[in-house]
Amino acid sequence: MTATTSTETAHGVPAAAGLRSLAADWSSDQEVFKQVHWGKAMMWIFLLSDTFVFSCFLTSYMTVRATTTVPWPNPSEVFGLEIGGQSVPLLLIAIMTFVLISSSGTMAMAVNFGYRRDRLKTTLLMLATAAFGATFVSMQAFEWTKLIVQEGVRPWGNPMGAAQFGSCFFMITGFHGLHVSIGVIYLSIIASKVARGHYERKGNYEVVEIAGLYWHFVDLVWVFIFALFYLW
Amino acid sequence: MAADIDNVEERVTQQAAQPVPQPASLPETAPARVSAKTAKVGQQHPIKIYLQVWGYLFVLSTMSYLVDYFHVEGMLRWGLIVTFMFLKAGLIVAIFMHMFWERLALIYAILVPPLCLGTLILLMAIESDYTFWTRIIFFGKGP
Repeated sequence: MTATTSTETAHGVPAAAGLRSLAADWSSDQEVFKQVHWGKAMMWIFLLSDTFVFSCFLTSYMTVRATTTVPWPNPSEVFGLEIGGQSVPLLLIAIMTFVLISSSGTMAMAVNFGYRRDRLKTTLLMLATAAFGATFVSMQAFEWTKLIVQEGVRPWGNPMGAAQFGSCFFMITGFHGLHVSIGVIYLSIIASKVARGHYERKGNYEVVEIAGLYWHFVDLVWVFIFALFYLW
Repeated sequence: MAADIDNVEERVTQQAAQPVPQPASLPETAPARVSAKTAKVGQQHPIKIYLQVWGYLFVLSTMSYLVDYFHVEGMLRWGLIVTFMFLKAGLIVAIFMHMFWERLALIYAILVPPLCLGTLILLMAIESDYTFWTRIIFFGKGP
């Protein structure tokens, strides 16, 4: 953490380095997260709580998958797509993963341009992020439809194997998809405020970074779902 | 570091003597001088680093997809999947979410609590093993 050694507290008192700064911050009797926008600290704490929500889902998925004596449906085949008469495993999921990673990339750059006071680029990159997010949700809707209508997967059972597959799948990806949908709305609102110059007047673009934190978290959760649900 | 330890007392006294700090970035109250300082302090890194991380994430995702595509099985499969997963998560949290540049107080407050999930996972793994063998012993192998 070389970066922390050079930072200063708000009043020019040199900050201690390393673990000593941790002790100094928590014992300072003023505010703990010095130089951190309160909204950013609160967003981090919300994301921490959300981490536990998703962790509970994924842990319960682990539990039911480990307890069932019926074979678990092979996700590689269930989520495969027929391209030219040939089955490509997990194709749609791979595309969804790349779409979400790309949206995270555009969001990170939007935050950067926000701090550079480049309103136009910030707005456009945020809208691109929201568009990627909407694409992701649409592909998920397609995936759900295919699974429910063609494969006959229900929360209480499916023709491929363990009954718990459906309930885990709909719960985990449904909750994640809800997060993406809320994120798209959230980003659109912030982007329109950026475009109208709301933060220009206040001279503060940290709201963009806070929205970015939420969006990156959605991507982060997908990393875990992709690895633990689809690839395992 | 030695010089640091020496003036800790002095620094604490100095900090205690400071007036209650205005949150430097609270938009309504921040005067131009403060917001100019905030703009300097705010997360500013070259665009190049984001593009690099973006590239790494693409490569890592492709590699974890290829693990499935080429039907790698057994411990190698799980090892690779989990490795790629944690590398991707680390890149997103550290660079995209700027955790690498945050103050240590915030880093520890956010990254330490999830460690207790290890206990939950361990307990549920033991419990599910017990349930699985109970089902095998008492109900036979599936319906």
